[in-house]
Amino acid sequence: MASILAVDDSASMRQMVSFTLKGAGYEVIEGVDGVDALNKAKGRKVDLVVTDVNMPNMDGITLIKELRALPNYKFTPMLMLTTESGADKKAQGRAAGATGWIVKPFNPDQLLKTVKKVLG
Amino acid sequence: MTIDMEQFHQVFFEESFEGLDVMETGLLNLSPGTADMEEINTIFRAAHSIKGGSGTFGFMDVSAFTHVMETLLDEMRDGRRQVEQRGVNVLLGSVDCLREMLAAIQSGDEVDSKSVSTHQKELEIELNGSRSEATGEAAEIVVPEPDKAEDSAVNLGWHIIFCPHVHLMKTGNDPVRMFRELEELGDLTVEADFRGLPEIQDLDPEECHLSWDIRLEGDIERHEIDEIFDWVEDDCDMSIISFADEAEKNRPAEEDLVAGEPIVEKVVPAQETAKAPTKQAVKAEPEVKRPENKPAAKPASASIRVDTAKIDSLINMVGELVITQSMLSSLGEDFDMTKLDLLQSGLSQLESHTRELQQSAMGIRMMPISFVFSRFPRLVHDLSSKMGKQIELKLSGENTEVDKTVIELISDPLVHLVRNSLDHGVEMPDERIAAGKPALGIVHLNAFHRGGNIVIEVTDDGNGLDGDKLFNKAVEKGVVEPDTQLTEKEKFDLIFAAGFSTAEVVSDVSGRGVGMDVVRKNIEALGGHVEIRSKLGKGSTFAIYLPLTLAILDGQSVAVGDETYIVPLASVIESFNLKPEMVSYVAGRGETFRLRDEYLPILRMDNLFGVHRTESGKGSDGLLVVVEGQGTRCGLLVDDLLGQQQVVIKSLETNYRKIEGISAATILGDGSVGLILDIPGLLRLANR
Repeated sequence: MASILAVDDSASMRQMVSFTLKGAGYEVIEGVDGVDALNKAKGRKVDLVVTDVNMPNMDGITLIKELRALPNYKFTPMLMLTTESGADKKAQGRAAGATGWIVKPFNPDQLLKTVKKVLG
Repeated sequence: MTIDMEQFHQVFFEESFEGLDVMETGLLNLSPGTADMEEINTIFRAAHSIKGGSGTFGFMDVSAFTHVMETLLDEMRDGRRQVEQRGVNVLLGSVDCLREMLAAIQSGDEVDSKSVSTHQKELEIELNGSRSEATGEAAEIVVPEPDKAEDSAVNLGWHIIFCPHVHLMKTGNDPVRMFRELEELGDLTVEADFRGLPEIQDLDPEECHLSWDIRLEGDIERHEIDEIFDWVEDDCDMSIISFADEAEKNRPAEEDLVAGEPIVEKVVPAQETAKAPTKQAVKAEPEVKRPENKPAAKPASASIRVDTAKIDSLINMVGELVITQSMLSSLGEDFDMTKLDLLQSGLSQLESHTRELQQSAMGIRMMPISFVFSRFPRLVHDLSSKMGKQIELKLSGENTEVDKTVIELISDPLVHLVRNSLDHGVEMPDERIAAGKPALGIVHLNAFHRGGNIVIEVTDDGNGLDGDKLFNKAVEKGVVEPDTQLTEKEKFDLIFAAGFSTAEVVSDVSGRGVGMDVVRKNIEALGGHVEIRSKLGKGSTFAIYLPLTLAILDGQSVAVGDETYIVPLASVIESFNLKPEMVSYVAGRGETFRLRDEYLPILRMDNLFGVHRTESGKGSDGLLVVVEGQGTRCGLLVDDLLGQQQVVIKSLETNYRKIEGISAATILGDGSVGLILDIPGLLRLANR
């Protein structure tokens, strides 16, 4: 069973993402912001990271950068949840080492489709 | 897999309302001209979360509206826009509008689209005022758009050359994934190009040195391929050419490949576009179909957030209670008098556990008073600028906890008192300077616990109350007789009298038709009272005293005949033996007694409630309990005082019906029902 680290400061979005992924049989670890997610990711390995961009304490782009620097996360797919207006965010994310993005707003089916694509 | 999105709505609404509060507080803290990045970031994030959530959960109007706010905030964040008072005010208005929108959606009501479009227009004016070219962006809505028809050409196949940069794998992307996806679209032939591969001793296995020549056959649209390579378009060089174009141009695709510059096909043969839209329309439909915008049919049930520590302590207490219970029951199985000590200590443990359990359970309903206080910075900000006064609001004791019901009911009276302080208390800046005070007036909201009460004080450093002026006004209004002798404090209390207003001009700030008499009535309905302290020229303090909870009452039990009644302890002034010579009859007022310099009416409880008094209590000889409420007093004639105790309030209306003079009932220690007296109601009866 693949494990996914889902990071979002908004409880409703986090619940939705987590509920959808769990329903599809993935193991989900939730993070409330970048700092929390980084702590949870350290010392273990997840198969995929799905993170919001705008978050307090540590934003999603910094999180991706920090994770990418960890040996366990060198090749781990990392997706950012971003809004359509965030074209520069996409570029920043890519520079930080993001694999790709899911454009908000998305529905559970779109989320699953993208996750399946990345996890194979 | 279908997922019912409605289950997340409640959380979304809760966090959105919290987000709006955060935005409001943040906006009020922004001082024009300076840009506090952290503050702006916090506001931006809250708006961003609401936008993202509302889009996801299908509230497209909210999403579109928030998008405009977000754009404005984004410009402030990036320093492209100055933080100006006007912009902040427009944003504050939008926060209110958004709050109404969300509340309407939550309760399933119609959204006031007129107000929404007014606010949206204001935002757009604000947004476009400084940016002439920005007309388009504000209108952009976050609904996923179907790809444009000209992008999609129907081909019999595509020739793709894909040369990833060496670091591709380090973004978590894998060429194999893309091939797998391409394979789903049509017949795929992939040929690897090993030419870029270094010698084995120079090879870093983490780098990607291969490139691929891909032929994809099938009726596939361009955008389907673009989507697959979307994430890596900056991390590779590639060219995508349809078989048709390739044949037409009749030149090898390799020549088009310029490093670092992906070639994009712009020319689409006309005969092929004609076919595209029909297919596009069918294919695109499930993509653009919005999640159903179905508002919850009923208003959501009320919920409160409880600190986990409180729940833990509650569960802990229940555990203790179970242990005590099992100890007592094993004691009861073979009890003899030698175990009496054990029984008594067990019972006292039971008592203390029950009391702690009660406190823990009450604690769950306790919320910090900041829930009420948090609305005042905005109120003071709006009102003071409207009145042309300079006022700073100070808050303290925001973490003082009080019952949820009290929180809900105290809000309106408190708003009235604060408005009153702003309007009548703090003077205009020039008057203040003339009086030797700083132009900036201060209104202080303070909350603290005292005994079993919570005290909320509204203090201003304004002009204070003028007792004589109040008295003259009261005489003029016919509230008091001109020859009445009143203490300073009693003169202050006159402003609570019905039909009294000291403002020369009734302003729209405090003169809203509800007077201070209503404030006092509401506070007393909660079992509390208001006190005024004031010094002319220095300022005034209005202190509200409230019980911590409305579920439990400190009561004085009194006996009337065989019945037991509970008098709320807060309204009891004193009790004494009534001697027959103290009673006098006043025409029109019935029986009265003289308490120091005052004649107070006597209410005979036995007559009032139709109870037969015991033999010993016959005649006028009995106990008189003097009670006070809403500034008036009377004496209740009872047979005996039984003691003070805490009683749990049970509604009489839900279990029986409303009775005049009785506010609620309780279950007494012996299991019988005791009625709790409604003191303000009895006072009305007495003064009738």
